[in-house]
Amino acid sequence: MSTSPDPGGPHGRESQPAPDSAPASASAASAPAPDSAPAPAPASRGFSRRRVVGLLGGAAVVSAGVGAGGTAAAFAVSTTDDGSPESGQTVPFFGANQAGIVTPVQDRLHFAAFDLGATATREDLIALLTAWTNAATHLTVGTDVGTGAVTGEPGAPPDDTGEALGLSAARLTLTFGFGTSLFTDATGKDRFGLAASRPPQLADLPAFPGDALNPALCGGDLCVQACADDPQVAVHAIRNLARLARGTASVRYSQLGFGRTSSTSNAQVTPRNMMGFKDGTANIRAEDTAIMNAQVWVQPGDGPAWMTGGSYLVSRRIRMLIEPWDSTPLTEQERVIGRAKGSGAPPGKSDEFDPLDFGAKGADGEPLIDPNAHVRLAHSSHNNGAVILRRGYSFTNGTDDLGRLDAGLFFIAYQRDPRTQFVTIQKSLAGKANDALNEYIQHVGSGLFACPPGVQPGEYLGQKLFE
Amino acid sequence: MAVKAGDKNCEVASVELAAGRHTFAVTNTASQVTEVYVYAAGDRIMGEVENVGPSTKRNLIVDLPAGEYQVACKPGMVGDGIRTALKVTGKAAPPQTLDQNLQTAVTSYQTYVESETQALVDTTATFVAAISSGDLAKAKEAYPAVRLHYERIEPIAESFGDLDPLIDMRIDDATPETPFVGFHAIEQKLFEQKTLDATQPLATALSTNVGKLNELVKTVELTPLVMANGAKSLLDEVAASKVTGEEERYSRIDLVDFAGNVDGAKYVYSALRPALQEKDPELVSTLDKRFPALVGLLDTHLAKPGDNGYIPGSPYVSYDTLTPEQVKALAVEVDAISEPIGQIAGVVTSK
Repeated sequence: MSTSPDPGGPHGRESQPAPDSAPASASAASAPAPDSAPAPAPASRGFSRRRVVGLLGGAAVVSAGVGAGGTAAAFAVSTTDDGSPESGQTVPFFGANQAGIVTPVQDRLHFAAFDLGATATREDLIALLTAWTNAATHLTVGTDVGTGAVTGEPGAPPDDTGEALGLSAARLTLTFGFGTSLFTDATGKDRFGLAASRPPQLADLPAFPGDALNPALCGGDLCVQACADDPQVAVHAIRNLARLARGTASVRYSQLGFGRTSSTSNAQVTPRNMMGFKDGTANIRAEDTAIMNAQVWVQPGDGPAWMTGGSYLVSRRIRMLIEPWDSTPLTEQERVIGRAKGSGAPPGKSDEFDPLDFGAKGADGEPLIDPNAHVRLAHSSHNNGAVILRRGYSFTNGTDDLGRLDAGLFFIAYQRDPRTQFVTIQKSLAGKANDALNEYIQHVGSGLFACPPGVQPGEYLGQKLFE
Repeated sequence: MAVKAGDKNCEVASVELAAGRHTFAVTNTASQVTEVYVYAAGDRIMGEVENVGPSTKRNLIVDLPAGEYQVACKPGMVGDGIRTALKVTGKAAPPQTLDQNLQTAVTSYQTYVESETQALVDTTATFVAAISSGDLAKAKEAYPAVRLHYERIEPIAESFGDLDPLIDMRIDDATPETPFVGFHAIEQKLFEQKTLDATQPLATALSTNVGKLNELVKTVELTPLVMANGAKSLLDEVAASKVTGEEERYSRIDLVDFAGNVDGAKYVYSALRPALQEKDPELVSTLDKRFPALVGLLDTHLAKPGDNGYIPGSPYVSYDTLTPEQVKALAVEVDAISEPIGQIAGVVTSK
């Protein structure tokens, strides 16, 4: 394998999958795996689009067959600071667990839920997962899918949509999940022969008091969470995955998010949500391996073996009633949340990370943290110790028909068992008599997905489910 | 002094009075239930009688110091009403300190809450009686008036967390442990399923719970801050569930609830107005403009029998007949008043 300028080649390619990985094209989607499963595409082998553009600037076009050897040559052309590819810009796709869960939260989100078509078969589903796996190996290292955006057959539509040309991988992670309806649809039908493999943890979420769910924003047979530090990279990923799915699956709904609303790492400062409050102060942290194993990662014996090393994703599209909130006095906002808006500190404390003292009383004998404050009812001490790994994003979809900001939180949480984690917490929060925040929010969308363990080289996503 | 409260007139026997205590003998000559108010500047309520049935008489006793007042008759119990000016001469009210003004506001609001809750009990009784008599049309017609009184005091009712869902929950709030009951469960039967079947147990329970509410509101400790937050909460309710047509999804009388919330907020404002006038005249000037603008806009959706979108018993058109532009105009006006309303709490609590 080598990198050799090939300016005269009829099908000059700008970036190219490794030769031992099948092209992530529509034709691959119809070819059953596993023999067409992708090969390893570790970060160190990926081209960044930025670098490729650098090459193009030098009038060089990289031929087919870029491999490990070629990478070094490429580096020689576009030097990176430490010799590693796009230092800090790629997150490995392969691994024991899927990326995008404990990965330090990126700045942007594009989340999409997919419905499989009425005629889709188990084989179609496997082919789709294979094609997605293949595409993911390229997208997450910043290379184009298929034969690229401008390097394929000129008479054919380009395999890659092209808007990420020149952009780095921007720490793109793609996290895939299987919805409850993939196992048993709304009519109780087992469309793909998977009902017997449905984990007990993947029990349909109950209806919570006050839910204002729009069915079009709920559920989905499959989901893809694309997170990146560049919105165009995240959108490009979902766009291309959706394109690969055509004929097999279609987007049911998708959501763009910005401004991560939680930290999953001690290295990240606590961001603010659309209500102006720091959000995720008490989130559990990826650095705490013991808590990740206890609360996030499915352990051997929890349920069907195919999910071991996976995690359950709960998504909730939470609309914030922005205008009423904005005209609410600061003291009331702080009472509702249970923290100071400026510092994020608990009432009577000065530091964000000072412990929440739910028994503390003020001079007037009243609890310092309101009995209905969000932090009280959401806290593990109020929920039999239940915690979740939050990984949500703020969103705004412009304004609604009434001229109001259509904004809020696209809540995403990962956990080992939603029945005892998200559901327990949400039961404490939901309803007019509970979380004071309910006056200012509405849950309008909901999803529950089983995210299988990470993909190993040579495998396709969730392969163990189908074996 | 006689007051004839008609459909299109509000006749007061004498419009120039001496300062002191006056008894207005109100006769409802209108074709529908009416209310009569005596307002001071800024629609501060000096006295009121509510829920006066057609052809019935009620007395309104009120102490009036020297000043300019208005008598307002409100056939259908909504809107700005038909106004007649009153001039009272003689002894002026002694100047009040800020604390006295606030105390007067609290006392006045306490009276309002209690009288609205009593009106809720009375109108609920009429509603339940119609259900018990097996008269579907009459029950539907009685429904809007009950809702109006509930919506006027909604934040106070909501402060009783256990009771409020039993009275006002939506179907989305129901769970296997807490089945769908209360106003909206009955509303669904009457307006969507068009039946009285299985409504009697719901009506009986509603009656009991409204009775409990009537006892509990007498124990509420009101403060200027509770009032201010309550007014804000009423506008938030309008924004979240009335202007969107969420609340009265079967009967489509959302504008009645809308009016009830606005009335409740306006009462709080009017009661606090003398105190606010002293501390933040600019806020008073803003709200003196915003309330009439909102109420005026709402009044453009009044409906009479025979009008398109008329719902028997409701003074307003069905939510379904509003155009998207009309809904947006209402939302814009609600947001416009929510901002200054949100400032009241800060003004009444600031030193």
